[in-house]
Formats: sequence, structure tokens, C-alpha cells
Amino acid sequence: MIALLVRDLRLALRAGGGFGLGLVFFLIVVVLVPFGVGPEAALLTAIAPGILWVAALLAALLSLDRMFALDLEDGSLPLLATAPLPLEGVALVKALAHWITTGLPLAFAAPVLGFLLNLAPGAYVWLVGSLVIGTPALSLIGGFGAALTLGIRRGGLLMSLLVLPLYVPVLIFGAEAVRRGAAGMDAATPLILLAGITLGSVALLPFATAAAIRINLR
Amino acid sequence: MTDLGAYAVEVMSAYAVSLLLLAGLVWVSWRRAVKVRRALEQIEGPRADG
Amino acid sequence: MSIWEYANPKKFIATTSPVLPWVFGAAGLCLIGGLIWGFFFTPEDFRQGSTVKIIYLHVPSAMMAINAWAMMLVASLIWLVRRHHVSALAARAAAPVGVVMTLIALATGAIWGQPMWGTWWVWDPRLTSFLILFLFYLGYIALWEAIEDPDTAADLTSVLCIVGSVFAVLSRYAVNFWNQGLHQGASLSLDAQENVADVFWYPLLVCIAGFVLLFVALVILRTRTEIRARRIMALQARALREGVRA
Repeated sequence: MIALLVRDLRLALRAGGGFGLGLVFFLIVVVLVPFGVGPEAALLTAIAPGILWVAALLAALLSLDRMFALDLEDGSLPLLATAPLPLEGVALVKALAHWITTGLPLAFAAPVLGFLLNLAPGAYVWLVGSLVIGTPALSLIGGFGAALTLGIRRGGLLMSLLVLPLYVPVLIFGAEAVRRGAAGMDAATPLILLAGITLGSVALLPFATAAAIRINLR
Repeated sequence: MTDLGAYAVEVMSAYAVSLLLLAGLVWVSWRRAVKVRRALEQIEGPRADG
Repeated sequence: MSIWEYANPKKFIATTSPVLPWVFGAAGLCLIGGLIWGFFFTPEDFRQGSTVKIIYLHVPSAMMAINAWAMMLVASLIWLVRRHHVSALAARAAAPVGVVMTLIALATGAIWGQPMWGTWWVWDPRLTSFLILFLFYLGYIALWEAIEDPDTAADLTSVLCIVGSVFAVLSRYAVNFWNQGLHQGASLSLDAQENVADVFWYPLLVCIAGFVLLFVALVILRTRTEIRARRIMALQARALREGVRA
């Protein structure tokens, strides 16, 4: 499992692996928002938690189609499927690699972008915390979507259509945690619920993802 | 027509939208069913199974 | 390989042929009868005026929007476990019906809420949940359309339906949490189930029956179409193979 993880990390981090792209996309989306809604500081403060979460969500979406497609293209996916490591484990490791190279960097880049959106001072901790807790779920759910659309030519758009509605609960609890933090209220509840979704995803989604991969490999 | 009072527009539009959508669905489903049935009959002859 | 690849589809068509007209007839009767009863022969509500008459469309369609997905879930499970093709095709057939039901629920819900809330759309938890359900339906249908091999499509859409069902329930609770978090008071419940008086309840029952029967009729009709369409594809594929060989 470790070997697979290291390999995927290395693939993602080398040139053309799309590592920085997610971060840049995150930046661009956040920069676009004030152009769209106007520069008024109070408004930006109010919408900052939601915008940051939505932007992170979209940025995580970007690199999802490489999760399995590259292995399918070069023929290594069938090998992984028949390897001693169960396919569920492969799915988990791939989601982990995706998270390390996408979700985690996003979580730590977010405070910088929070400055741009005039995020309330109390919210920064909750921003990073909620993203760290919630982005693994995004990677796992995204992995499921990637597995479903594996065999479809240019299936990226369809994958987004399938994955984004599944992201809604994560987004709701994540953004709410940041909002409550910004207001100085106790943000434990949404954070715990968010953690629950992530843990549930870790436990259950690899099975669905593996099933989808097996179906596509037939 | 019953007196719908202040909310005539709302009630009528709700009914209109719903009935239109239902009628559209039935129409589309029916049309496709007939088309496919005819296409199948062309290929394999008239249905024996009714 | 026999002409009909699978015995089940043939039996399904044979069995439903005599039944289908009756189901449509019963659906039409209940629907038209129930709507006329509710529209013309029931009083207005104390609080909501004549808009209460929207209940005869909103409640049944909302129920069917959920039940259609539930039926798709069951059909998907049957397909994955028992590999009955009729089951997979029935799930596919039911999806567009579910979409229309969801749209009707959304439209009637928004229109009904307009006099209460003053805008044509509010992010009421219930309406929002149906909006999410609508997106789930669209994704399901899109996946069916995108995959060429029918069995692969059936398998993948079944898995999607199952995972989607879990997230649909999850979203329901998340949306409730989300809206309560923003607005202190609970929004006016469109579901007048708290105290639906008898005078509203009976015509409502008839309308619900009408919607259920219409759903069943349409799913039967569409499943028959799917079966036949599949058969055409199989025959054409076979003709191609034999043409190549000849």
C-alpha cells in the first residue's frame, strides 16, 4: 500500500502532474468573486466562508479525473485490480494520494485567500480545520465519481455532474463551521458532523469505488 | 369556476404547470413506445405476443 | 443464443399487455376525478385561502418523486443481485417519471409558497431537498446515456443509485441543519399534514392514488419500450455480425 501511495504521490508531484494547478485554480476563483459581487468589505466578509469552501471544492474536482484514468491508459489498472492488495485498498490509497496533493495544500493555502476576502479573524482556525477534516471526504467521493466515469470518453463533465450533488452535505457542514467560527459561536457541531461524513466515506466509499472499477474493467 | 379569490393566479398556474408536465411526459413516453414498437415490427414481423 | 436473450423480458411484455390499458384508465379516473373533486368541491383554507388547492398536486407529486427513487433503488439492488434485465430497465424507465414528479413538486411548492413568503423561490429545507433530488435524477439519467454497453450501464447506474440514496438521506438532514442554522424560526410547513381535515383528506387520497397509478402505468409502458429497444439493438448487432461473416 505504501508503495502505491508513494508512486501516486510522485506521479502527481512531477511536472505535468497537476499539483500546482489546483492551488492556482483556487486562487483564481477566489480572485474572481469580488469582481462578480463587488468589493464591498462587509459583503465579502459575509460570504467568505462559503466562497472559500466552494472554491476549494471546485479545485479538488479538477484533478479527480486523473485518479484512475492515467492507470487505465497505461494498462496498470487491471494489474492493480489483480494485485494482492484488494481493490478497495487501492481506492483508499488513491483517494489518500489525491488528498495529500490537493485537499491538504488547499486547506493550508486557504487562510491566505481568506485575507483577500476579508474573512473574519476568528474564522481562520475553523477554515483550516474544516478543510482538513472535510477534504478527505471530497477525495473519496470524487474517487467514486472518477471510477464511475472511467470508461467514458471526456467524461470529466459528467463526473462533475455526478460528484457535485454528492458534495452538498460536506459543503453545508464545512461552510457552516467556518461561519460559526467567524461569528464567534461554537462551531463544534458542524465540525463533528463533517468528521462523521469523512469517517463514513472512508469506511464505505472504497467498496463502491472498487465495484465501479471492477465493472469498468470487465 | 369556483371563486379562487386573491390567489387565482397562483392556483391556476400551479395546475397548469403540473398538468402540462404530466401530459408532456405521457405524450413523450407514448410516442417513443409507438416508434420503438413499429421499428421492432419492421425487423421481426408483427408481434405474436400481443 | 435464442432470439429473446432472456426469458423474463418476453414474459414481462406478455403479462403487461392486457393490464396496461386498465392501469392507465384507472390512473386517469383517479387523477381527473380527484383533481376535479379537490379543485371544485372543497372549501378554502382558513389561513392559506384557495392556495390550499395546490395540495392535490404538490403532495402526491412529492410523494412520487421520493417513491420513484426508492423504486429505482430496489430495482437496482435486484439487478445487482439477481441480474434480471427487466429490473435494470425498469429502473431506467422510472427515472424520467421521477424527474417530472420532482419538477412538479418543485414548481407547485414554489408557487404555493409565493403568497406566504413573497418570492418565487425560497431555500426552504423541503424545497431544497427536492432540488438536490432533481440533480441526483439528472446525474443518474446522464450516466445511463453516456455508457454504451447496456450491462455496464446497468451496473454502474445501479451503484450510483445506491450511493446516491445514502447521500440523498444525508443531504436531507444536512439541509435541515443548514436552514435552521440561518433562520431562527421554522419556515411555514407546506406539508399541511399536521391537521388535514377530512374534507381535504379524501380528495387528496384519490389524487395520491391517481399519481401512484400513473407512475405504475408509465413505468410499465416505458419498460416495455426499453425492452423492445434493447431487442432491436441486439438484433441489429447480430445482423451486423452475420453480415460480416457472410
